[in-house]
Amino acid sequence: MNNLNLIIQREYLARVRNKTFIVMTFLSPLILVGMFSLIAYLSMLNNSETHTIAVKDDSDLFKGEFENKEEIDFVDVSSISLEEAKLLVKEKEYYGVLYIPNIQDNAELAKSIRFFGKEAPSIGILRQIERTISENLTTRELISRGLDISQIKAAEAQVDIRIENFEGMRTSKMSNYIKMIFGGAAGYLLMMFIIIYGNMVMRSVIEEKTNRIIEIIISSVKPIQLMLGKIIGTSLAGITQFTIWVVLGTVLLFITSSLTGMDLMEAQPQMQEMDQVSNGEIQQLIVDITNLPILTLIIFFLIYFIGGYFLYSAIYAAIGAAVDSETDTQQFMFPIILPLMLGIYVGFFSVIENPHGTVSTIFSMIPLTSPIVMLMRIPFGVPWYELAISVIILFVSNAGIVWLAAKIYRVGILMYGKKPTYKELYKWIKY
Amino acid sequence: MDNLLVAENICKQFGNFTALNNVSINIPRESIFGLLGPNGAGKTTFLRIINQITMPDSGVVYLDGKALHPNDVGHIGYLPEERGLYKSMRVGEQALYLARLKGLTKAEAKEQLDYWFTKLDIKHWWDKKIQELSKGMAQKVQFVITVLHRPKLLIFDEPFSGFDPVNADLIKNEILQLRKEGATILFSTHRMESVEELCDYMALIHESNKLLDGKVDDIKRAHKTNTFEVGMNPFNENELLAELKSNFKVGKAQFKSLADDLKLSIQIKPNESPNDLLQYLITKSRVNHFVEVVPSVNDIFIKTVTRNE
Repeated sequence: MNNLNLIIQREYLARVRNKTFIVMTFLSPLILVGMFSLIAYLSMLNNSETHTIAVKDDSDLFKGEFENKEEIDFVDVSSISLEEAKLLVKEKEYYGVLYIPNIQDNAELAKSIRFFGKEAPSIGILRQIERTISENLTTRELISRGLDISQIKAAEAQVDIRIENFEGMRTSKMSNYIKMIFGGAAGYLLMMFIIIYGNMVMRSVIEEKTNRIIEIIISSVKPIQLMLGKIIGTSLAGITQFTIWVVLGTVLLFITSSLTGMDLMEAQPQMQEMDQVSNGEIQQLIVDITNLPILTLIIFFLIYFIGGYFLYSAIYAAIGAAVDSETDTQQFMFPIILPLMLGIYVGFFSVIENPHGTVSTIFSMIPLTSPIVMLMRIPFGVPWYELAISVIILFVSNAGIVWLAAKIYRVGILMYGKKPTYKELYKWIKY
Repeated sequence: MDNLLVAENICKQFGNFTALNNVSINIPRESIFGLLGPNGAGKTTFLRIINQITMPDSGVVYLDGKALHPNDVGHIGYLPEERGLYKSMRVGEQALYLARLKGLTKAEAKEQLDYWFTKLDIKHWWDKKIQELSKGMAQKVQFVITVLHRPKLLIFDEPFSGFDPVNADLIKNEILQLRKEGATILFSTHRMESVEELCDYMALIHESNKLLDGKVDDIKRAHKTNTFEVGMNPFNENELLAELKSNFKVGKAQFKSLADDLKLSIQIKPNESPNDLLQYLITKSRVNHFVEVVPSVNDIFIKTVTRNE
C-alpha cells in the first residue's frame, strides 16, 4: 500500500511537471477563449459594415417604406434612370440597386422586382427586403379587395405550442437540444480524456521499458502495483488538468466578456430575433438547464470516467508493455479506438433519435461503450436500475480486464526485441 | 556451512521452453558467488526468481533459512543486466524514490544517499537530470541505488558489461568492501576473468541445467591435470628430451621468460610427486622456471560445456 502511494505520487508528479502538460493545461483555455473572442470580433466586424442600397422605385408605392437599419442604408434614386443608377452604384461602391418597375397589378409587380449588384446579396438582407415588399403588397391587395386592415390585424393569432411532460413540468422546444448538447459534450469529453490519458499511460510504460528501469522497479514492487500506480497517478493528473481548465476557463470567460461586454450584449438580442425566441423562452431555457439532472450527470461523469478510464488505460498499459516503441503500437490501436468511436456514433445517431431505444440501451450496457453512451442518455432520464446494471457490468468487467492486462503487462515489460502478435499476447496470459 | 541463500530444485518453463531445470544452488554467507553460463543458459531467469520478479514453476528459495517473502525485497539489492533510470527525473529525487520503494523511510534514504554520494564524490549531481549525465556518471548513480538500502544479498547481473573500465574497477572495489562489511554477493557473468579475480564460489549453468558448483579452488583442484610448465637450459638437450618423453607426456609450452631456454609442459601421473620430477630435472639442467598449471575458469567452463553437448 505504501509502495502504491509512492508510485502514484511519482507518476502524478512526472505527468504534472512535464512541460507539455504545463503548456497544454495553461494554453488550451487561452486558445479556446482566444478563438471565441476572434469569432466574436470577426462577426462584430461583419455586422458593423453598413451596406447602402439604391432604390429605384418607379411604382411610387414604397416611398419611405424601406427603413434604414443598422446594416442597411436605403438611398432613393427614383429620379434617375436605371442605367444611371447602376453606374452610380458602381461608382460609389454601393451594395446594389433595387429596381421596382411601374406595374399596377400587385401579383405581376411582385414577380418583376429586380436586384442588381456586383455579387449576390446576403440572405439576411434579401429576406428583409422581401419581407418589406411582401407586407406592403399584401396590405395593398387586402385593401383593394375591400377588407379592413385593422380587423385583420386584430384577428391574427400568435401560436406557441407549449410542451409539458407527464409530471406537468413545462419544457421548452429547446429542451431536447439542450439535453443533446449536455449529454453529447459529456460523452465526447469522456472519450477525449480516455484517449489522451490512456495514451499517456501507454507512453509512460514504453518509456520505462526503453529506459530499462523497469526491472529495477519490479525488483522492489509487484508489476501490478506499478501498473495500477501508473494508471491512478495519471488519472489524478487528468483530473488536475480538468479542474485547472474549468477554473481558468471561467476566469478567462469573465475577463473577455467584460472586455467585449458591449458586443455580447448586442449579440444577444440579435440571436433572439433570429430564433424567434421570446424573453419567456430564454427564461424557460434557463429553467430547462437547471431542470437537467446536472448533479446526476456530474456524479455519473466521474463514475463512468473512473470506470471507463481504468478499463481503457489497463489495455493501453498492456499494449505499452507488449511493444518496444511507440511506432509499434499502431496494430493494437485500432481495437481501442473502434469501440470509442462506436460509442460516439451510437450516441450521436441512436441516442439522440431515440434515447431509450434498444440500440441505445444495449450499447449503454456494453462496458467498452457504456461510459460514453450512458452519459449521453442520462440527460434524457434513465431509470436507476439501468444505471445500476450498467455500472455493475462496467466495474466487474473492469476487474477482469485489469487482471488480464496485468498478466500481459507482467510478461511484456521484460520482453525486448520482438513485436508480439495477438497469438503471443494470448500465450503470455497463460504464463 | 552457513548459507544465506538456498535455492532448491528450481524449475521454470516458458511455454515449451525450459529455462531452468531442477537447479539447486547454495550461496554461503559473506561469499562472492559467481554464476557462470553462456548466453541464454538461464542465469537471468534464476536471478529474477531470487528477486521475485518471476515465480518458479516448482522449487523453493530460502533466504536466511526462511522461504522467500515479498518483504524480502528490502534485503536484496539487484543490478539487472538491462538497467537504466528515468531520464527526465532528477538524480536525488530518483534515488530517494527507488530507495523508498525498497522500504527505507525518507530520512533513512537521505542519510544513506548522503553517505554514498559523498563517498563517490557525486553530491553535486543531486539536482541534475539523468539525461544531463554521461553514461559513466549514470552508472555510478545506478550502483549507489543498488546498494543504498544495505542489503544482505547483492545481486549483479553482468556487472562489468555496461560499465566503463574506471567504473568497473570502482565497482569491483566497492563489492569487495561491501563483502567485508558483511554482504553476500551473487553475480552472473560470462566473463571468466572476473570470476577468477573475485569469486570464492561458483556455479556453472548450461542449457537450463546446473553442471557444477562449489568453491572455486576446489573446482580448480578437481580439474587440474598435474601438468607443470618448465623452463630450463639442459646440459644435453636431446638426451633429456628423449628421457622425458619416454616417462611423461611432454609438450611445448609458451610463457614469458628472461632466459633463452627450453620451454616444456610436462604432465605427471596423479600418484607421482612433482618433487621427484624437479629433482630429476635439476640433475640434467639449470631450471629457471617450474610452475604447476592451474586450470583457468575459462578452461573449466569450455571443457565442461563442450563435454555436455
